[in-house]
Amino acid sequence: MSGLMLLFVGAALVNNVVLSRFLGICPFMGVSKSSETALGMSAAVAFVMMISSVVTWIIEYAVLRPWELGYLQTVVFVLVIAALVQLVEMVMEKTTPELHASLGIFLPLITTNCAILGVALINVQSDYSFIEMIVFSLGTAAGFGLALVLFSGLRERISFSSVPEIFRDAPIAFITAGILALAFMGFSGLVR
Amino acid sequence: MRLSSLTDGIFKNNAIFKQMLGMCPTLAVTTSASNGVAMGLATTAVLMGSNFAVSLFSGFIPKNARIPCYIVIIACFVTVVDLYMNAYFHALHKALGLFIPLIVVNCIVLGRAEAFASRSPVADSVLDGLGTGIGFTIALTALAVCRELVGAGTVFGYAVAPSFYVPVILAVLPPGAFVFLGFMMAFTRFMSSKIKGGGH
Repeated sequence: MSGLMLLFVGAALVNNVVLSRFLGICPFMGVSKSSETALGMSAAVAFVMMISSVVTWIIEYAVLRPWELGYLQTVVFVLVIAALVQLVEMVMEKTTPELHASLGIFLPLITTNCAILGVALINVQSDYSFIEMIVFSLGTAAGFGLALVLFSGLRERISFSSVPEIFRDAPIAFITAGILALAFMGFSGLVR
Repeated sequence: MRLSSLTDGIFKNNAIFKQMLGMCPTLAVTTSASNGVAMGLATTAVLMGSNFAVSLFSGFIPKNARIPCYIVIIACFVTVVDLYMNAYFHALHKALGLFIPLIVVNCIVLGRAEAFASRSPVADSVLDGLGTGIGFTIALTALAVCRELVGAGTVFGYAVAPSFYVPVILAVLPPGAFVFLGFMMAFTRFMSSKIKGGGH
């Protein structure tokens, strides 16, 4: 149990998916201008990340490994994720229109979010068991949400300050992210 | 065939500094100059291959299902590069790790397939892939050289800093990636505003 706890904390804080593994930088920079969209994006990513992790893990162990098709991993995973995102969007539209209205615009962007494919690949490359895979994906999704929401709060504050012309928007955002990453490095003592 | 398809991607529409695409590998692998060059070349190979194939097959690909088709084409070339690097450049393959298979979701590659290769002749598309790849490689290498120089006092593994220089390890740690990229973007903006200002 404590091993699983460490795995969760490690994925969420110590090796934060955005700030230390550098996965999912595009949505991190793209949708972090307001806290509300950041929350929506985090929820959508968490949702898709869980589903895609489970499905790709099952495909890896039920199809790719027994049939020795490891070289098809990249092709299969990216197609599965693309198909899943479409499916999730269609199911959501039919069953929970209000959820779709709030998360819908983020879903197409998720196909090219490297955090989703990255986590799916880490899951099978680290030989996680099914339970470990669930915990790791949950931790990663929580870490993504935390980093994104914190960062959007910082950017909302920055938008009120007078930043030198050449540093406006992207450069100052990256420097801010650097300082946030520095803060997250403080967690590195928590887990070996 | 126009030369501008080659040069546009290198300077005018540089993927990293102008379009802010492909940020994940940019930040992750630029801890040393050789990693930066290797990642840039791997992406260039995928870009040229996928642009070639997308342009060649653009007549057959149904318009409504084009994105999945592009993704399959890109994933095939990424797998080729992945296996090739694993066989012949094993140490580099290990250092770049996850980010080789992740070229498949690099927005630059899909972006060029959709925006350029799907509506241009084959030769132009290959040149565009080459140019975009070179631009990406230049940006990665520049960032990696800066980080390695400050963080370890070396360039491509050769010690260049004087012996009394104490490396600032932070530069090669994750926060350094963000801060250095931020400053480099500001610098390129400053330079391009200077060049534009001089032109008037």
